[in-house]
This record gives sequence, structure tokens and C-alpha cells, in this order.
Amino acid sequence: MIEFTPERELEAYREMLKIRRFEEKAGQLYGMGFIGGFCHLYIGQEAVVVGMQMSIDKGDQVITTYRDHGHMLACGMDPKGVMAELTGRRGGYSKGKGGSMHMFSLEKNFYGGHGIVGASAPLGSGLAFANKYRGNDRVCLTYFGDGAANQGQVYESFNMAKLWDLPVIYVIENNKYGMGTSIERSSATTDFSNRGASFDIKGEQVDGMDVRAVKEAGDKAVKRAREGGGPYILEMLTYRYRGHSMSDPAKYRTREEVQKVRQDSDPIEQVKKRIIADGIASADELKAIDKEMKAIAANAAEFAQADPEPDAAELYTDILR
Amino acid sequence: MATEILMPALSPTMEEGKLARWLVKEGDEIAAGDIIAEIETDKATMEIEAIEDGKLAKVLIAEGAEGVKVNTPIAIVLEDGEELDDTAAPEPAAAPTEPEPVAAPIEAPVSAPVVKAAIEGSKIFGDTAMVEVTVREALRDAMAEEMRRDEGVFVMGEEVAEYQGAYKVTQGLLAEFGEKRVIDTPITEHGFAGIAVGAAFAGLKPVVEFMTWNFAMQAIDHIINSAAKTLYMSGGQMSSSIVFRGPNGAASRVGAQHSQDYSSWYAQVPGLKVVAPYSAADAKGLLKAAIRDPNPIIFLEHEMVYGQSFEIPDVDDLIVPIGKAAIVRQGRDVTLVSFSRGMQLANEAAIILAEQGIDAEVIDLRTLRPLDMETVLTSVRKTNRIVTVEEAWPIASIGSEICSRVTCEAFDYLDAPPTKVNCKDVPMPYAANLEKLALPNVDDVVSAVKSVCYRDKA
Repeated sequence: MIEFTPERELEAYREMLKIRRFEEKAGQLYGMGFIGGFCHLYIGQEAVVVGMQMSIDKGDQVITTYRDHGHMLACGMDPKGVMAELTGRRGGYSKGKGGSMHMFSLEKNFYGGHGIVGASAPLGSGLAFANKYRGNDRVCLTYFGDGAANQGQVYESFNMAKLWDLPVIYVIENNKYGMGTSIERSSATTDFSNRGASFDIKGEQVDGMDVRAVKEAGDKAVKRAREGGGPYILEMLTYRYRGHSMSDPAKYRTREEVQKVRQDSDPIEQVKKRIIADGIASADELKAIDKEMKAIAANAAEFAQADPEPDAAELYTDILR
Repeated sequence: MATEILMPALSPTMEEGKLARWLVKEGDEIAAGDIIAEIETDKATMEIEAIEDGKLAKVLIAEGAEGVKVNTPIAIVLEDGEELDDTAAPEPAAAPTEPEPVAAPIEAPVSAPVVKAAIEGSKIFGDTAMVEVTVREALRDAMAEEMRRDEGVFVMGEEVAEYQGAYKVTQGLLAEFGEKRVIDTPITEHGFAGIAVGAAFAGLKPVVEFMTWNFAMQAIDHIINSAAKTLYMSGGQMSSSIVFRGPNGAASRVGAQHSQDYSSWYAQVPGLKVVAPYSAADAKGLLKAAIRDPNPIIFLEHEMVYGQSFEIPDVDDLIVPIGKAAIVRQGRDVTLVSFSRGMQLANEAAIILAEQGIDAEVIDLRTLRPLDMETVLTSVRKTNRIVTVEEAWPIASIGSEICSRVTCEAFDYLDAPPTKVNCKDVPMPYAANLEKLALPNVDDVVSAVKSVCYRDKA
């Protein structure tokens, strides 16, 4: 296991906490009726995107499915713009026309935010295809979940990615449940890191609750892809604390199961413990960071409630270029 | 017993071919499986094998003969000990199906002058010299020209590179542009359509060939959810400049799963443009325009038209604007609106109707989304009658949309109910007679026009 520098530890703490506080606030706004439709929270999985983001460079691409708020914040997108999209306001990343599942930022190389399970696999492979076509050394992080990992288009993508040696890393976020169905009930084999075997795509399982393990695996995979080694699979063993979406009562698992993960392997608590134990920062200093992150979420929420809805004329814009 | 070797049909749509070469000569002993001749179709050169052992007694069609109809006897084979003189003069072989081809090829005399009119109608080519080109070549030339012009344009699909295209539309592209830009894919439409859309998100300009649009049903999720909707869902940030193209609709005798016309499916989707050309000039000019367009384009071709020749203007950069219909024949009495292969029926019907004193105006829509309703409405306000012609199913078809819009927007001008001619509302049957019954024909168009003109049926 790689050791983080004190700066890295603090960065990991801040970034993960930023996502968690943002998501908690989003959950609140949903309960208050400010956010409509579906809202899939990332709480519990923060170490995955934060660790992977530390492994890539500016110019590398990121694409994912609909549980995407964490990815956007990790990519450096403005929390105000993300939250305002959740509330369907004009200052949202998609001017309020995309919603929680459909957000993009070309500036931050974030290519969505796709609502169809499995769609990110070929789309991300296509971004990687463009990198290879142009002869640059960029790589594409292509995220999807354990549920998507059973989709046919994922395997079609694996085949072409290997056939054409595309610089793509498939990051399978295995949070144990595809909506309400556990991996054991939906998947004939539950080691998703092995799912590239038919295509000779190597993969590994990673402790997705430990940001250092994520970064270590990410560094290796990114270097490999950048040097022309082709596709690779990182199965992130992770867990979501909340339901699939806000309307999911999560009756398919016990409260104890969730509590146990929170207690034993919470990604933020792990970093926090190390920071205190190693004397990198005091409990008070960490509290101050937390306060700062809460303020970012609160400001985003405030903006997202005050920002006007899109102009009615926006109904007919952005259909064709 | 003497047997005849017949000119074989080498594809579902082949009507005739060239006997390129005999590999055996009269008097040679041949065994079943021996390659005896080469036949050239408009798509490929194929070898034919002897089916039985024997002696090649007589060559009936000399090598180099062109336009040899399918089922024409091309040689006589004798069994051991038989002499040619022992047998009666060969009877012409009975065709396994009726002598008229099921899906008749388009005859040039009908289409060529009409295409000229189309070009004059759209007034974009002026007095330019014309050259004769097949639709297949026109499409290939369009891709090649755009690939020369823009490094970001590439072609991907099944059999587009080494095989030179399942229907030979991409012939020669691999040799000129190499495997980086002409890419054979596995038979996985869902996956490669998604990869192409991803590449388009990154700013490349993919031209995705579907072997036929039937197979694009596997890819329709990425065409609609990923390509068509993303510009809107991203608030205008991210678009895909991409062309999805391939043959649409019924070819000939390939059954229900290979014969569907998807025109109205795609024409319904905001965020797409849908193009369905008929003539070679439109095929070329619209495909070039489609490749340059910053939006996702559905480009519907027709297999039965690929081999047809049309005159097209001999210019360096032929662009036909997307979204403009063409009046290919002026007329006073009725408006005939069609697109793609339906234009052939409309054109032929117009000639027959003219002989009977009905002067039809024929409009080729060329683009199905956005629909050029202004051209249609202007015509209907003049003729007061409209008949739509298309090979697609009747329910919620392009004709349905046009008839509805005409009823709403030109109601007071109508002297008869807007009328549709479509394929029958059934899955495409395989049997030759049933397929013929399912598809619309020229008589259907003629009688629909007579009906809206309140003329007795002939």
C-alpha cells in the first residue's frame, strides 16, 4: 500500500468530505421538494472518484452513469452549478435541462452523466478511441456499476477496446446492489475484475473504501494505458449508504449491514483517523475543514434555490446546432 | 442427359450480370466443385462451380457478355458417353419463379430525365456539365471527398474496409485512407454505435455504416439517447457531429427482419436530422452536407437504388442542403409526395397519369426531418390534391404526418381527402407473390391519384 504525503491525506479528506456534505445537502433539498425526479446519492463511495481523480492528469477524460454528483465535484466542477442543475435552474451545468443524471463539462473533461445503464462503457471507449485516433497520450476513465457490468454493450466495448488497444480504464463501482438486487442475485459470477477475461483484458479488485488503495491501483492502470497497454479493469469494492435513489427505502438489506460498513470502513473516517494518529492535523483543524465543506454545500444549496428557472424560450434551444 | 448451366443469381437483388471469364473450354471434362467461370455483378466478381460431373459440351454465352439475365442458359454439360447431337436443342430453362423479376430494377429512361428536372427545380447547379454515376458511387465519392477535406472524418462499420462494403458502397476507401480511417468492426451494432458517439463527443466526425438499418435496432439506444439528446441535456455544451448511414427498407426476398423501413421512427426524434435521398446527385450532395453538419444525421439509403445510374453535375464540391424538398416534375392536377425508392413509383405513375390527362406535380422530400412542408403546402394550394407514396408501414408514417399537416394547414385548399400509398400493414413476407402484394406499386399510386381526382378507375 502506498503512503500518502500529509498534503495528500488532507486533500483526500477535503475532497471526500466535499462530496459527502454536498450529497447530504442534496438529500435535504430533495426532501424539501427542491429537487425533482430521480436523485442518486454517492455517499459511501467517495474514495473511488477522489482516488482515481488523483491518478489522472488534466486532459484525461471522465465519463460515468447516473450516480454522477461525486464524479463532477471530483473533476473540479463548481458545486453551485451542479446543485442548480439538480434543482432545475438556469445556472445549472445544463441550464436546468439535464437534471441529476445528465450533466457535462467539456471544460473539466467530464463527459456525463448518462442515464442509461451501461451506456458509458461504449461512450467512454469512444472517447478513448478519439485519443488513439489523434495520437495523444490521454486516457479515459470509464465508470459504471455492478448492475451495468451485466450489460451486453459492456462486453461489446471490451472486445473492441482490446482489439484496438484503446486507452480506457473501466472502473466498475461494485456497491453490491444494482438498484435493489444484490450482485449474488443478479450476477452468475461476482468477481467483476475478471469480466474481461474472455477478451484478455486484465483487471483487479481494489478496496474502494481506502483512497490510498484506489490511487495506487489507478496510478498503475493509468500509466499502463498511457503507455499503450490498452484497456484495464479496476473493480472498486465499495458501498452506498443510501438507497438506490431517494425514493428507495432499501428494504433489501439490513440496517445492521449498512451500519457495519459505516463503522468499520467508512472512507472518510479512515483518512481522518490516520491524519489524527500521524499528527498531520488536529481534530479541531479537521472540524474547520468540515465546516468549510459544509459551507460550500450550503452556498451551493442557497444558489440552487435562489437561481431562477430557465427562461421559457430555453424549451426550444439546444436541440440542433 | 444433357444439363444446362444457368446464369446464377448471386445476391437477393441481382437481375443480371457479366460473364467475365470462362475457366474451362468446350470439350473439357469437369467435376462437381470445379470453378468453371467468373461472373461480375455490380457489387463483386464471383466464381461459379460445376454442380455435376460431365463434359462441357457447348458454351452458349461467350465470355465478356454483359447484361446476362439470371437463369439464362450459359452452357451445356453432357454425361459420360452422351453426344451433343443426341439431345434436342436446349429449351430455354424455366425460371423457378415468374419470369418478371419480383422487384423490378429501375429503368433508366424513367429516372434520368426526372433527375435532370430535379436538379433544375432546385436551381443549384446551373448549366453545369453532367456525368453518369450510380448511387453507390455517388455515396462513396461523397465520403472520399469529405475524408480528403477533413482528417477527423472516418468510416466504421461491418465489412466496410477489407470486404469493400457489404453492398460495396465503401469500395476503395481502405486503399486511399488506410485502416486508421476505414475501420472494420465486429458484428456488434450497439457497441460500435456507442463508441462512434463517444468519438463524436470528443470532436471526431464518424460515418457509421449499418449493413442495413434493420440491424441498427440494436444501436437505436445510442442513436437516440446518446446522440440525439445530449446537446439538449447538456444545455448546448456537447454535441455529436455524426452520420449513421446504410440501406433502409425492403430489398428483395429477404423477409421481415431485413425489410423494415425506419423513416418515421427516426423522423419523430428531436435532435436528429433525417435524410432519405433518391437520385445519385442528392445522395452525394446530401451525404457531403450530412458529414459537415454539426448534428447527428440519419442517412437512409435504399439497396434497390444503389446500382441505378443518374446524371449528376460534374462539379468539385456538390452540396445539397439538408431540409429542402425538390419539385422534380411540375404539374397542375395533383401533388405526389415521396422520397427514397418511393420516388420511382411516383415518377412512373406521373408518366402514366400524364397519358391519361392527369398532370401530376412530383415532390421528392429528400429530407424527412426537418420536413420541408412549405414546398408541399405551396404545391397543394395549387393542385388542391395530395397523394403520398412510401414503402413504409402506413401507421404513423411520413405520409400520415404530411396528410395531417396538409389537412391542418391547407384545409381550405383541399378538393379531396389527402391520401396515402404505403406498404401493407404486415411484416414483410418472403414468398415472391406475397412480397409483391405487400409492397406499394405504380398501379396503387395511379389509382390513388384517380380517386382523389374523382376519375373512374381504368
